[in-house]
Amino acid sequence: MESSELKGGKDSQISDELSELRMESSELKKAKESPISDESNRRSSFPDEVLDRVISLLNSHRDRSSVSLVCKDWYNMERWSRTHIFIGNCYSVSPEIVARRFPKIRSLTLKGKPRFSDFNLVPQNWGADVHAWLVVFAAKYPFLEELRLKRMTISDASLEFLALSFPNFKALSLLSCDGFSTNGLAAIATHCKNLTELDIHENDIDDKGGGWLSCFPESFTSLEVLNFANVTSDINFDALERLIGRCKSMRVLKVNRGISLEQLQRILANAPQLTELGTGSFTQELAQRQYEELESAFNNCKNIHTLSGLWEVKGLYLPALYPVSTRLTFLNLSYAVLQSDELAKLLVHCPQLRRLWVLDTVEDKGLEAVGSNCPLLEELRVFPADPFDEEIVHGVTEAGFVAVSYGCPRLHYVLYFCRQMTNAAVATVVQNCPDFTHFRLCIMTPGQPDYLTNEPMDEAFGAVVKTCTKLQRLSVSGYLTDLTFEYIGRYAKNLETLSVAFAGSSDWGMQCVLGGCPKLRKLEIRDCPFGNAALLSGLEKYESMRSLWMSACNVTMNGCRLLAREMPRLNVEVMKEEGSDDDGRADKVYIYRSIAGQRRDAPSSVLTL
Amino acid sequence: MSTPLEHDYIGLTESSSMERSSDKISSSSSSSSTHPIEDKPSKTAKDTCLNLKETELRLGLPGSQSPERKVSLFGKDLESNNDKSNGLSVSPLKNLVSGAKRGFSDAIDGSNGKWVFPMNGKSDVELAKGAALPSPRGGLDSKSNPQQARVSVPAMKEVGGIPQSPKPVQDKKNPVPPSNDHATAPAAKAQVVGWPPIRSFRKNTMASNLAKNSEDAAGCLYVKVSMDGAPYLRKVDLKTYKNYMELSSALEKMFSCFTIGQCSSNGLPVRDGLSESRLMDLLHGSEYVLTYEDKDGDWMLVGDVPWEMFTDSCKRLRIMKGSEAIGLAPRAMEKCKSQN
Repeated sequence: MESSELKGGKDSQISDELSELRMESSELKKAKESPISDESNRRSSFPDEVLDRVISLLNSHRDRSSVSLVCKDWYNMERWSRTHIFIGNCYSVSPEIVARRFPKIRSLTLKGKPRFSDFNLVPQNWGADVHAWLVVFAAKYPFLEELRLKRMTISDASLEFLALSFPNFKALSLLSCDGFSTNGLAAIATHCKNLTELDIHENDIDDKGGGWLSCFPESFTSLEVLNFANVTSDINFDALERLIGRCKSMRVLKVNRGISLEQLQRILANAPQLTELGTGSFTQELAQRQYEELESAFNNCKNIHTLSGLWEVKGLYLPALYPVSTRLTFLNLSYAVLQSDELAKLLVHCPQLRRLWVLDTVEDKGLEAVGSNCPLLEELRVFPADPFDEEIVHGVTEAGFVAVSYGCPRLHYVLYFCRQMTNAAVATVVQNCPDFTHFRLCIMTPGQPDYLTNEPMDEAFGAVVKTCTKLQRLSVSGYLTDLTFEYIGRYAKNLETLSVAFAGSSDWGMQCVLGGCPKLRKLEIRDCPFGNAALLSGLEKYESMRSLWMSACNVTMNGCRLLAREMPRLNVEVMKEEGSDDDGRADKVYIYRSIAGQRRDAPSSVLTL
Repeated sequence: MSTPLEHDYIGLTESSSMERSSDKISSSSSSSSTHPIEDKPSKTAKDTCLNLKETELRLGLPGSQSPERKVSLFGKDLESNNDKSNGLSVSPLKNLVSGAKRGFSDAIDGSNGKWVFPMNGKSDVELAKGAALPSPRGGLDSKSNPQQARVSVPAMKEVGGIPQSPKPVQDKKNPVPPSNDHATAPAAKAQVVGWPPIRSFRKNTMASNLAKNSEDAAGCLYVKVSMDGAPYLRKVDLKTYKNYMELSSALEKMFSCFTIGQCSSNGLPVRDGLSESRLMDLLHGSEYVLTYEDKDGDWMLVGDVPWEMFTDSCKRLRIMKGSEAIGLAPRAMEKCKSQN
């Protein structure tokens, strides 16, 4: 999965879980109290079998949560028919509670650490170890088929335990996880006889070599999805080639950069049925004949709609992709160092593109080409190639952003890293593209104003929230005063996730957000002047949210203690710096609702208040 | 507490300010909760006007600006926090100390970095980035010196690339581009922890990508090009040019917005089949000259030596104002002669 969202779509509302459990007790009471005649009337008009059938067709977690709140009958029917459970915060509920309520789970999606752990803001041994879950599930769900983890810790021992405990296990997806090595992957390959999916994406792996891939037995033929793009060690190509040859149903294959162009050609020749391809290194010196073979191999792949990889790409060979580019809907060039003209030339052949990820080496000119060639574009992500070299100003600017917005009116997801931006440009962008659901703008120098007017970037984000009524996710940056947060609180009625860094003038800013955004679920704040007053203004709000993160703000230990005292159903965790005193500033605070109580596996550096 | 007069990069001082969020401050105090520990912003003169300091580009430890900065940035007089009865506030100095401390302990962890003030004097680029960089250092009083000292040592350590944690894939600092730019290598520069928000995997991959691209055996020879008066540098790969003409025309395209185009406005003919000496003619006729720093650290006029010798010895390029380059040519010739 290239996208940062796990399969499973929207979150199941743990608030729904929470309120369901409260409902459970109150519903039980009601059910007992209501006259029997009413109940039988209801039932006779709607046979259980029909209800059961209807409910089992529901996939969305939000729908299922809503259904379960209707009445006790529906609650029971829903819980017996649910096969996939999504848990957005592994500490909000315990595996025992899950197992008690849902007897038939076959697929589990778990998210662990706070998102800022991706950026090294969370201590190494913070927690989110999946093992306890596996132990419970091995007993309660021996028929478990799928496990998708994001920001969890999983050890090699756990991977082996997983491989041995669930004979029907089919799909493993690890995104941004840590704690394991390639030995764990070997265990999966060795023991999971029915594996269909192995998706290892951007994890902190202890890479001990590529031998794991050779552990798939010769009798193994079921693999459909294999993503090892970010498992760096070279694997045995013969083993890979044979594996692909046996797995006739393989549709997603993403190899690592150790795979050469020549090897890629052989893979494609054997697997023309692929729908998603991640290439290896795209830079080998090819003879004319080899190049033609490569081009021909691509030509035979009529089903590829997603393309990624292209490590160390040489623009010279990009034309080999033209046969597949016309059908591409998702092109991930975020690890390909391309210049603007190289990208432009390629994009001429990609008219169907819906999602595009690029590096900022393509510059504004490259983005102009995006605007000119990709009218159906819905998602754009521009990553910085060289984020820490401040002397050299390159990359993309507001001009590129605006150019894309003119050419791509359907744009609704943007992640944009840049070094300069203006209020006017952002206003223009959202005017052209009012349907943004995800707007993540990162002006890379903290606290940088509009570089033309020198004003704060308040009006930019004001324009975003005023115009984009469907906005669900917002990341702000640049120099921002409380006005930005006033706007957000007042206008962002559908906002669910907000990320704030180096912004705001006072507690008022955060208070606006907490007092406004009715659908807020995740709030993460770093290096802002928000203190206890702001923290405590959200007391009731936090129970309807998944979590709040505040680091390097002005919150103190006493403020956190107060919060913990007032709201017993919240876990208030403080990550302490070594040697700092107990009454001073609370440097990193993570607050989340939970029906599982305090967690018992917190390291010594994490204090639960 | 002393309040040194600090100039930001657009030449404004603290005293010049604009009316801004004073309204917000007053409204915050009226609409906030009645909670006992609520901060009451004091309405000093500083609060009611927006210091342009807030708009400065600054590098400082998170939460560790000088007390004046803290006021301006957060729109409140933090010194008034000390009046709080239940002692929940944190004094600015404490912020400084803990900020520095945090940075230091982060360095010990080896997995984080932080802002530091650049240790070396820098070129024109520094002016554009904000003379706030040197000035706060001058402006900060002795109180903050220990902070600086504390800050600089770990920075050195970090850029040395000593990850203290056992995991080798931890945050690697500063993917420093090739040795070409050791002239002004910002040795002590590190980054804010976890900023920009990019996953470690991507950071590490791009770092090795860039290093690879630059060290590519097929030949990439990136050198920085600066131009007097331009706000930023560029980088060029010398290996992509075969002779001075190509280099010169590429540079002209790159910096054309900065008037190097005056070359052609002198009525010189279109440059087909330019020889190496032609470049010197062009440049002599224009306002700017192209110079380079060679392996020995000397600044030479571009065009004196054969192209291959040039690419071998060139470490960085500078497009200098003609008036400044007057002393250069004779030296270059002499050096050339002595080398021959």
